Amino acid sequence: MSASTIAGLTAAVLVGLGLYALIVNTDPLKKLLAFNLLGSGVFLVFGIVARRGAVGAFPFDPIPQAMVITGIVVAFAASALAVALMLRLAKESGRITLDPEGETKLDNGAEDA
Amino acid sequence: MTAAGATTQGGALLMLAILLPVAGILVSFAFGGRAAERIALGSAPVALVIALAVLAEVVRAERPIVYTVAALSPPLGIALRADGVSAVMLLASALIVPAAGLYARAGFASRPGEGESRKAFTFWILLQGISAALAIIFVSGDLFNLYVALELLTFAAVPLACVEGRAETFAAALRYLLFALFGSIFYLLGAALLYGAFGTLDIALLAERMRSLPAVTAAAALMTAGLLAKTALFPLHLWLPPAHANAPAPASAILSGLVVKGSFFLTLRLWFYVLPALPVFGFDAILGALGSAAVVFGSVLALRQPRLKLLIAYSTIAQIGYLFLIFPLGSGLHAWTADGWNGGLMQVLAHAFAKAAMFLAAGLLYESLGHDKIAKFSGAARAMPVTFLALGLGGLSLVGLPPSGGFAAKWLLLRASVASGQWLWALVLLVGGLLAAGYVYRILAPALSSDPVALKAPPRRTGEVIALTLAVVAVALGFAPDSFFQVLDIGRPVLLTAVSP
Repeated sequence: MSASTIAGLTAAVLVGLGLYALIVNTDPLKKLLAFNLLGSGVFLVFGIVARRGAVGAFPFDPIPQAMVITGIVVAFAASALAVALMLRLAKESGRITLDPEGETKLDNGAEDA
Repeated sequence: MTAAGATTQGGALLMLAILLPVAGILVSFAFGGRAAERIALGSAPVALVIALAVLAEVVRAERPIVYTVAALSPPLGIALRADGVSAVMLLASALIVPAAGLYARAGFASRPGEGESRKAFTFWILLQGISAALAIIFVSGDLFNLYVALELLTFAAVPLACVEGRAETFAAALRYLLFALFGSIFYLLGAALLYGAFGTLDIALLAERMRSLPAVTAAAALMTAGLLAKTALFPLHLWLPPAHANAPAPASAILSGLVVKGSFFLTLRLWFYVLPALPVFGFDAILGALGSAAVVFGSVLALRQPRLKLLIAYSTIAQIGYLFLIFPLGSGLHAWTADGWNGGLMQVLAHAFAKAAMFLAAGLLYESLGHDKIAKFSGAARAMPVTFLALGLGGLSLVGLPPSGGFAAKWLLLRASVASGQWLWALVLLVGGLLAAGYVYRILAPALSSDPVALKAPPRRTGEVIALTLAVVAVALGFAPDSFFQVLDIGRPVLLTAVSP
């Protein structure tokens, strides 16, 4: 089994785990972690694509590598935005839930809200 | 093949259309909230002129105009391409964004003598962010570039939904963001697979190299699923109603009228421009079926909403459903596909203007009555006739009564479904129209009673004029001449292949 195949299977597992975690977890923070897990799988796919595109003197195809850097930056910014939203939500309502009518209270901060 | 080739005459306009709002964002950051409002509104006429110039150039050349960034041709460089549809969508966005901006001046102004508010600063920058992202989506010819634009659109739209800072808006925005993030990561995974298979993400080159491979099927499924989540097509619509209904009125108008159309436009690009050479494996029927379910489901839920803004938001879900009938009715090269294609695009435009008008009118109602509970509207239409006229004309287009853009759209789609013998879609169009008539009647009927009503304040005159103007445009689209549809056909891929085999 070649390195690319192992990496590809790993990527598939990461994507699958991320999707599974997205569906079964209701906690937004866990959903965000699931997004990051899934994202890692996708970035790994770009790595494999770069490796397979090797031509001539280049051991790698540089374009997918440029894409994956952009993708990582975007995913990082997205995660930061999501965390900022969660913090504001916790501050304003004392709980973090995606359900507008939800009752999931935070462990702390619920009393002084 | 010239489509992938070098910059054509007027191609630089496409770069300008993107650079203007981006420059506006940067300058707004440097000069603060007070300047951001002036920059956002001051650059609007320029953006409109650029959009008109792009349209004129496309019509004159009678083929797509191209700009290769930094004179580097694809596959290494990125090409910007504008065909008839891009030009018309650019123009629609250059009209609706400033309309919402002018309306928002009352709520997001920095008054003299006061310090600038963070709310205003954010709003005017995000507004320009939306313009920039939409411009890239409409003119970009590279699937990875489009991914970045899609994310930019999300990052501008999500904070816009919670710019007022109430707890429920944060919850709605967070849900919106999570749906959008998973949508775009699946899109990106699909793009990676396509690059792996063909070594390019340029739309024109991909279309040339397209072959039926397992990786392409997987990529198409992943990208479509991701885009559907962003477009809020049933059953991935859960995020839309709270996000759109709780946002401030001008933000709702843009989110519902334009932002969901961005990802829909990308779905069109994918299926009509990248994959048409592929034997279609029942995808068009699946998308049509999901769209039909959205029409019925969204309309029935709209009928049950107690609040006006929620009703309008659920009606967006239903109206998005019609858009997806373009896949079964507009694909391939048959006698009816021109009707299906034109009808679907007319629905994009008519809904954009009608929905923006209705959300702005709903905002005026909220300001004047202090609530938007439909049950307590009795007599309101007599106190604020212009606002209800805007709501009514927007509703006319949603229902699809003649004369209106909505009628033209549904008539064309209906003709296509009858001509192609796909009767199911015709049934959906008719049932959807009846249900829409039901929910529009629900808004207007109590308001037209003669009960006395106490207004907290008379509606803002400028706000009324803006909402009414947008509604009138939605109605006027119903009178679009044949030449308008000929513009939409410029660069339509199926015609290109038919002309030059």
